[in-house]
Amino acid sequence: MGRAFVFGDNVDTDLLAPGAYMKSSARELASHCLEALDPSFPSSVRQGDLVVAGANFGMGSSREQAAVSLKLLGVSAVLATSFARIFFRNAINLGVPAVVFRQAAEISPGDQLQIRLEEGALDNLTTGKTYELEPLPRHIMAMIRDGGLLPHLKRRLAAPESDDE
Amino acid sequence: MMRRSGESKLLPGAIGDAESRAAMTMVEKIIARAAGLNSVKPGQMVTAKVDLAFAHDSSGPRRWRPMLEELGVGLWDPDKVVIVSDHYVPAVDAETAEILRVTREFVRDYGVRNFFDMVGISHLLLPDHGLIRPGAFIAGGDSHTPTAGAFGTYAAGYGATDMAGIVATGETWLQCPETVRVILNGRLRRGISAKDVMLRLCKTLGLDNAFRAIEYAGTAVEAMGMPERMVLANMAAELGAETGVVAPDDVTFAYLRERGRPVEDEVAALALASDPDAVFAATHVFDASELAPQIAAPHSPANTFDVGELAGQKIDQAYIGACVGAKIEDLRMAATVLKGRKVAPGVRLLVAPASSKTTALAAADGTLSVLMEAGATLMPSGCGACAGYGAGVLAQGEVCISSTNRNFQGRMGSSGAKVFLGSPYSVAAAAVVGAISDPRELLEQEAA
Ligand code: SF4
Repeated sequence: MGRAFVFGDNVDTDLLAPGAYMKSSARELASHCLEALDPSFPSSVRQGDLVVAGANFGMGSSREQAAVSLKLLGVSAVLATSFARIFFRNAINLGVPAVVFRQAAEISPGDQLQIRLEEGALDNLTTGKTYELEPLPRHIMAMIRDGGLLPHLKRRLAAPESDDE
Repeated sequence: MMRRSGESKLLPGAIGDAESRAAMTMVEKIIARAAGLNSVKPGQMVTAKVDLAFAHDSSGPRRWRPMLEELGVGLWDPDKVVIVSDHYVPAVDAETAEILRVTREFVRDYGVRNFFDMVGISHLLLPDHGLIRPGAFIAGGDSHTPTAGAFGTYAAGYGATDMAGIVATGETWLQCPETVRVILNGRLRRGISAKDVMLRLCKTLGLDNAFRAIEYAGTAVEAMGMPERMVLANMAAELGAETGVVAPDDVTFAYLRERGRPVEDEVAALALASDPDAVFAATHVFDASELAPQIAAPHSPANTFDVGELAGQKIDQAYIGACVGAKIEDLRMAATVLKGRKVAPGVRLLVAPASSKTTALAAADGTLSVLMEAGATLMPSGCGACAGYGAGVLAQGEVCISSTNRNFQGRMGSSGAKVFLGSPYSVAAAAVVGAISDPRELLEQEAA
């Protein structure tokens, strides 16, 4: 369970991981995440909180630090009406669920949200409304369950014949 | 058909297959071959074998090494991995020097032979060394990887963990994208370039074309050389597309031949073209002859206008740089405007050629002296200020016009700076006038 931090369309990777801090440590970089849109975001977001946004979230560069920063800040999932492809893959590779959520506009800042990934559901505890989520493909769920691509590959490299399920 | 060794494996199998399988777009054909399938359909999840993987100093070795060590593996095939140090070059402080050192160390320890250290930007170096082969499935640790699609490849950008997985295993999963076709009829007029086409497309198609590929065709595309086609493919990234492709043709073959890496089987490469009855998600037709110079206003490449609508906007800096806008052809475009003219007082013109070879070519053919006599400052070859990593960044409140490909807030220095995007012609014209202006006016004066 966590609070919703709500953003608009086209949140780009330069907002998520500003170029000027790209050579800094991951923590330092994360402390500037989305500050151009909401200066208080990096300091007020807590473990388990969720980012809710409009279309094309994470557009721009391939820098994985965009997703790393959200993960380091404790963001438990990103819900957006649509995602940029590289960000979508990066988030999932890091074990941060990126979930398409068409009714993002119905979420207000600060709403208490609970995401039930396996069931494909989202509860807004503030409004009492429950939403159905678009299911993630099976092998992506398997990757998230393993904690991301690296642990997933580690398991597969250790037991090459084992099935993803 | 006879199969030769080596690269003909990159091309789809016997032509006879075509009759028995469903019609496919070029991107579908490339993915099908890489996935070892006879055909694929948009939406289909497949695992593809990667023919070439590359990354740069920012996205590659410094991120890969800890992950490869954790997995306990080396590179799946060091000969298929290319590393380019282009983002933090040359080092400006201890941190960037360390990033470059770590990159060199990785290249040595992991046996990478194709390493380009501070000699230019990856998206230009790879084709210029003949490493981009029609039909290949290419994974790059950079969002502008689609540039290679100009040669009829599937080339997509990946983040660092994805890339570490790819260089460890030689494969990746993907959902076959649908293809959107963009047909450019007519011919670009003088003073108009592929960059103008792409800025206009960002406005009309939007930046949210995720999980789609863009295929460019039409007489204006056929008339373009490889450098201009690479601009079309490069900025498919701005459209949010997975990749951008142009069908290989004689122009493609000539480019690779000139670089000592001719395509072995041209017939098979030509057969990569989308089947006549292939299904596209959408087809957009444009008349290239009607296009005026395009300028994107802050903070999005989609925020594009005809140059006339923004004329008079004062600038502090004009920047000619980046993979998309600092090839020798781009420098020549700028030089046609700058010849015999001076940069306006109070304005700085920075030129960061896309590769060392570009600088050498510009020096040899006189382009460089035109730029320098106009008052330009010559910068190192590399990404430079494009992504705010290198020299030439902006202060709060400053205004820049740039030949780069994106102008997101905070990308080129201060988040309080404003960046306009334009073609090399438009950037040069703004540098001379001190404000955004139509380059065609200066080009006409010169002709008169
Ligand atoms: S020049 Fe700019 S857009 Fe091109 S690879 Fe470098 S940072 Fe990316």
